[in-house]
Amino acid sequence: MAQTKAAKSDTILFAAPQSLEDVPLHYCPGCGHGIVHRLIAEVVDKLGIADRTVCVASVGCSAINYLYFKFDGLESSHGRAPASASGIKRCRPDLIPFTYQGDGDLAAIGTAEIVHACARGENITVFFINNAIYGMTGGQMAPTTLVGMHSTSTPGGRNPALAGYPIKVCEMLSTLEGPAYIARVSIYNPAQVRRAKQAIELAFRTQLAGLGLALVEVLSPCPVGWGVEPVQAMDWLVEHMLPQYPLGEYKVTEAVQALKEVKGHA
Amino acid sequence: MAKRVLMSGNIAAAEGAILAGCHAFFGYPITPQNDLLEHMSRRLPPLGRIFVQTESELSAINMVLGASAAGFRAMTSTSGPGFSLQQEGISYMAGMELPAVIVDVMRAGPGLGSIGGAQGDYFQATKGGGHGDYRVLTLAPASAQEMMDLTMLAFELADKYRNPVVVLADGFLGQAMEPVAMREPVAELPGKPWAITGARGRPKNVLNSLELEPADLEPRMQALVQKFEMMRQNEVRYESLDLDDASMAIVAYGSASRSAMTAVHMARQEGLRVGLLRPISLFPFPYQALSDLAQRVDDFLVAELSFGQLVEDVRWAVGPNHRVELVNRLAGVRLSAEEILEAIRKMAR
Ligand SMILES: Cc1ncc(C[n+]2csc(CCOP(=O)(O)OP(=O)(O)O)c2C)c(N)n1
Ligand code: SF4
Repeated sequence: MAQTKAAKSDTILFAAPQSLEDVPLHYCPGCGHGIVHRLIAEVVDKLGIADRTVCVASVGCSAINYLYFKFDGLESSHGRAPASASGIKRCRPDLIPFTYQGDGDLAAIGTAEIVHACARGENITVFFINNAIYGMTGGQMAPTTLVGMHSTSTPGGRNPALAGYPIKVCEMLSTLEGPAYIARVSIYNPAQVRRAKQAIELAFRTQLAGLGLALVEVLSPCPVGWGVEPVQAMDWLVEHMLPQYPLGEYKVTEAVQALKEVKGHA
Repeated sequence: MAKRVLMSGNIAAAEGAILAGCHAFFGYPITPQNDLLEHMSRRLPPLGRIFVQTESELSAINMVLGASAAGFRAMTSTSGPGFSLQQEGISYMAGMELPAVIVDVMRAGPGLGSIGGAQGDYFQATKGGGHGDYRVLTLAPASAQEMMDLTMLAFELADKYRNPVVVLADGFLGQAMEPVAMREPVAELPGKPWAITGARGRPKNVLNSLELEPADLEPRMQALVQKFEMMRQNEVRYESLDLDDASMAIVAYGSASRSAMTAVHMARQEGLRVGLLRPISLFPFPYQALSDLAQRVDDFLVAELSFGQLVEDVRWAVGPNHRVELVNRLAGVRLSAEEILEAIRKMAR
């Protein structure tokens, strides 16, 4: 008995990913950003690409996320991360830049940059964190804010007559020929977290294989912006965001499909 | 002797960039800089270098930012409206201490204005232009030769100071065909240990301008201020013509200085003791040279293709005890040597 016990305590079953810095994250309790950071770090570790990976941050709550990864990091101006990541990748095809962008960053101010990075099929990876709100600036309406949803700039709820309709990024971008892989995932329960990780891995492998732009949209909770408790935020996401933003793969080119089928892909 | 080739100012700038080891060009069409972009689209890919026509000048400057962060010499070229769009990116690069070269082939007017050459982006290029406390080195070529030479110098200074450098040209200079003595390609580029190259065998590199704590940002900004001071001390460039015995000095840069040179020759033939001081660096501005000149020269005539921008710096440099007059044309209209001569005569009376 005693022997089994000793063996057990020697076996590490769960540890922080190598690529994640051992520092406290600044996000609010229940925020989705931390989960997605961890998944990215786990995948980078698994693929063994930390010494080539570059985090191109955006402007939003995750603006300083390069402080949380052990690989190289670059700041970018609001919305322009895909352009800066493309600038890196064009000059250094061996590096693995990914952008990490909120919905305000990617789908409002940075719409032109993401559309054209997709159209050109830039060989970069894009993580798009859709929390249906502007977290950083205090919970104003985002381009992805749901119809009727309250925000600090849509006091009576988003009224389409005044503020238009939410943008469905995956649906829109998958009409383009350039991107290789586009998927929407979420992190509202452990099974979904596992699926999200698979999509993140495939997105990186798409870039590693030189197949073109891969974008993973992650439906992610912002309890503070939504004005709900962290646990309820997951329910809120399922109830309100899923119907508007169905999960799934929106674009998988044949080459990416072939990658998926390579044995060993989790 | 160096081979002389007839080319437009825009092409000379492009060739200068290539000689300087510019690895990547990102740009968006706008008159009167289009032939620079088009030339790069033909020249760079066969050299194994990067050309991307972007969806906007915003995207262009941010691709420059990425390429520069990766340690490469990179540039964009544009004109007025596009230069305005790039100010945010230039501010970021100044804050992040990233080198870059931006060629602004100035056009006229506020708004869409006109495509004729002008110098109305002077304040924007010399006083910061974007948000926050920063400066960019600004070089003002006055010939196709200088379009080449100063573009090459711009890359050198951008790396030396890790700061954006603007080559402030205009539509007349960009389009005019002139013989250019070809330069030797830059053989060795400086190492960039700060660049984003993958954290292999070294701690990670982070390039940013953000500090959450004001107390952390202030020392970084103080360091920037010191850097701008170094530029003021080391990078003032200007040319003097016929100033030794002059009682009147014309101050002009870029294509306005070409008309001014002719006007000086014409005035000399009439026995008027006139000379020219031509700033080549607009930031840093040759304040000291002008205030020294003010010890022995009475009158200053500023010739510019804008509504009175350069003249403010000249007034500041020479102080209140001198006459400082302005002769200018706006809107893409040429300022002729005759008009400047007339202003000289009037002032000499
Ligand atoms: C040009 C510019 N405009 C506005 C801002 C202010 N700003 C900072 S973050 C942000 C919204 C970010 O929201 P989102 O992308 O959804 O990210 P989140 O904070 O929700 O993670 C805005 C508008 C800015 N920094 N730059
Ligand atoms: S405001 Fe929202 S997105 Fe920002 S850290 Fe807090 S929970 Fe996360």
